[in-house]
Amino acid sequence: MLRTFRSPQGVAVLVGLLVVVLATALGPTFFGDAATTRDIANRQAPASLGHLFGTDPLGRDLLARTVVATRLSVLLTLGAVGISVGGGVVLGVIAAVLPRFLRRIVTAFIDILLSFPWLLLALFFSVIWGATSTGAMLAIGFAGIPVFARLVSTLASSVANTDYVHAARLLGSSPLRTATRHVLPNILPPMIVNTAAHASVTLLSFAALSFLGLGVQAPEYDWGRLLNEGSKQIYVEPMAAIGPGIAIVLTGVLFSLLGELLSESGPRRVRAARPAEVAEATTNDENAVVDVERLRISFRSDDGSLTERVHGVDLRIAPGEVVGIVGESGSGKSVTAMAVAGLLGPEALVESERLRFRGIDMRTRPSAAERRTLGLEQAMIFQDPLSSLNPALTVGRQLTEASEVHAGQKRGAATKRALEAMALVRIPEPLQRIRQLPHEFSGGMRQRAMIAMGLMGSPRLIIADEPTTALDVTVQRQVLRALADARERTGAAILLISHDIALVSGFCDRVVVMRDGAIVEQLAVGDLDKAEHPYTRGLIDCVPDMTTDRDRPLPVIGVAAAEEVPV
Amino acid sequence: MSELVFDHVTVRFRHHTAVDDVSLVVRSGTTHGLVGESGSGKSTLARVAVGLERADLGTVRLDGVDLGRAARARRKVQMIFQDPFAALDPRMPVGASVAEGLLATDRKWSRADRATRVRELLDLVHIDPARASERPARFSGGQRQRLTIARALAAEPAVLVADEITSALDVSVQGVVLNLLRELQAELDLTMLFISHNLAVVRYVSDDVTVLRGGRVVEQGATDAVLADPADPYTRELLRSIPVLGRPLDLEA
Repeated sequence: MLRTFRSPQGVAVLVGLLVVVLATALGPTFFGDAATTRDIANRQAPASLGHLFGTDPLGRDLLARTVVATRLSVLLTLGAVGISVGGGVVLGVIAAVLPRFLRRIVTAFIDILLSFPWLLLALFFSVIWGATSTGAMLAIGFAGIPVFARLVSTLASSVANTDYVHAARLLGSSPLRTATRHVLPNILPPMIVNTAAHASVTLLSFAALSFLGLGVQAPEYDWGRLLNEGSKQIYVEPMAAIGPGIAIVLTGVLFSLLGELLSESGPRRVRAARPAEVAEATTNDENAVVDVERLRISFRSDDGSLTERVHGVDLRIAPGEVVGIVGESGSGKSVTAMAVAGLLGPEALVESERLRFRGIDMRTRPSAAERRTLGLEQAMIFQDPLSSLNPALTVGRQLTEASEVHAGQKRGAATKRALEAMALVRIPEPLQRIRQLPHEFSGGMRQRAMIAMGLMGSPRLIIADEPTTALDVTVQRQVLRALADARERTGAAILLISHDIALVSGFCDRVVVMRDGAIVEQLAVGDLDKAEHPYTRGLIDCVPDMTTDRDRPLPVIGVAAAEEVPV
Repeated sequence: MSELVFDHVTVRFRHHTAVDDVSLVVRSGTTHGLVGESGSGKSTLARVAVGLERADLGTVRLDGVDLGRAARARRKVQMIFQDPFAALDPRMPVGASVAEGLLATDRKWSRADRATRVRELLDLVHIDPARASERPARFSGGQRQRLTIARALAAEPAVLVADEITSALDVSVQGVVLNLLRELQAELDLTMLFISHNLAVVRYVSDDVTVLRGGRVVEQGATDAVLADPADPYTRELLRSIPVLGRPLDLEA
């Protein structure tokens, strides 16, 4: 927050706020006399050094009157914003925490109010409360309630559906208590931002109402009235209108900027990190699909320092080999795979002695031909298929895209191939399914569609990052079967990343155990029972299986062990 | 005594029957495992027990009291949620979140008593009580799940409903949470409905088990008996799908 206000924009806003506050508090005290002293001889004087904005028909100084009018303009704005926000919060929160039936009624009421043009509401209310400054404040305040009520009820209903609000309800927390303790604090940040923006709109509304003669009445005056009076002589004495106009515009911009500033005060984006230079690769194992030596990956943190997350990993995958990486969250297993696929963004600094996929050096920017090879020969399957499939395109279109773009196939040939791929991963009724959108697929079916997508090229490596973690065990089996089929058909190597060592042991030829960014142990699957490293043993033992002794606690390892507080 | 009985419970969402005539008994002082895949209706059943969902037919009774009619008795059944990142208010200090559980006890708590009790509860779930004033963001997933357990325990529940509470956690952290549940079970003589899609985990913590499929009970009984000799083909299919260390996965249809 502090950092935000130190930016040039922040300083400008702070200075502006200070000026407005001073004018509001002290304006009438210091300029009150100048604003009321009549000087008939000097009436309707044009702008001059003595009267920067000129004088009005009674010879009063317009600059002084503009400064004095700040108090009324700002206070009326704040009052109206207060009414809009207060009323909106009450109505919106009520709408969000009520039982379903009542909630519908309140929401419908808000919707009806919203369907009236705002100005119509404001005029309607100002007829009710009369053309006074308080009347205008009430009118504009009340006319703004529906907008805020809608905003608050939308924000609040997203909070009201969270588990912590459910939990509070189960514990017997009353709706009022839930609203004040859980809902309000969590919708406050966007509310503050919107309030600042709304203040700027309200200020303009007052100017408009007063300009129309409906707001502040003589002898009181705000900026809108001054603008109204000045506009009558705009051809003779332009500053009389422009002066108050400047005040309105500057204050309006000030409120908007404040809102923008408050909405920006999140964490800054990390700056890109690039390797300093690329050393020439030493030896070269042309046979390996993946050849990685001393891979180190660092990420830039918020304060700009680099944190190394992967510390010198060696990994070699032979053609057709099925390798599993096992580890806890934060062990660096996913990041390692992403580096192998060349998918890490600019926030990551990737350094290595060697980082090759089928002879392509992944440390440099790939050429067009290399990019084509990568597109055809690498397939990636992520944990959440819904976020890696485009929700707006049919599955068929997404399948054919790869072979059309990278292999230059015709649409018809690509579709035929897509159907074959879908049949191979055992998606039932591919002819119908190919025309469906991703959300019409179940989770397991989406993962199989992702595998089918990989099959559209000529994959040499399929990287599957926790592909079955979100799925049921029987569905997990179907997805793994699709992976196994894909490998059998294409001879591609597979890199399977998982936290479940039992799963990896049942599917892979070789297991790589990672912990805290380093490889702890590498074993052929058959040798797992001979694992020597205590961490590997712990990973095996901490997962209950169908033979685990139920009378003994599970062993505790790794991160979990460090967090345990001894009793 | 605290026995939770589901008596011929049916829940329908429009034309879809999520829970179809399910009866099961969670015996006092034991853990009842509820196994099934996505869409089997196990979470819906849990939500009915705590009152987040209504049963269209049938009743849920706690020691003979119909929970559909008695809001106060319903507070004696508390739920631990699946996602520990969503179950704690991000803007509320964790101590205050745990203290929220005391609301359900229907007693007046003085400020000092409340603070003492929160310290005890944090101790119970192995979280340093000195961290009570910190926000949830400073805690890991496993620690957050322990905090939600503490909050549920603060309500002095007769029955705890644990809905997939380890599926969002790392396997190593899952072990810690399961150990904690066993420990609490022994210390506090808890009655618990434990829901999971993971048969091995359910086997580890449960005395009895119910297997659900498509909203119906396919198999029910003592855990050892059901899992050692499953009568239903679906239970056998579930058992076959569990990866076993060192044994190639059975991928045939």
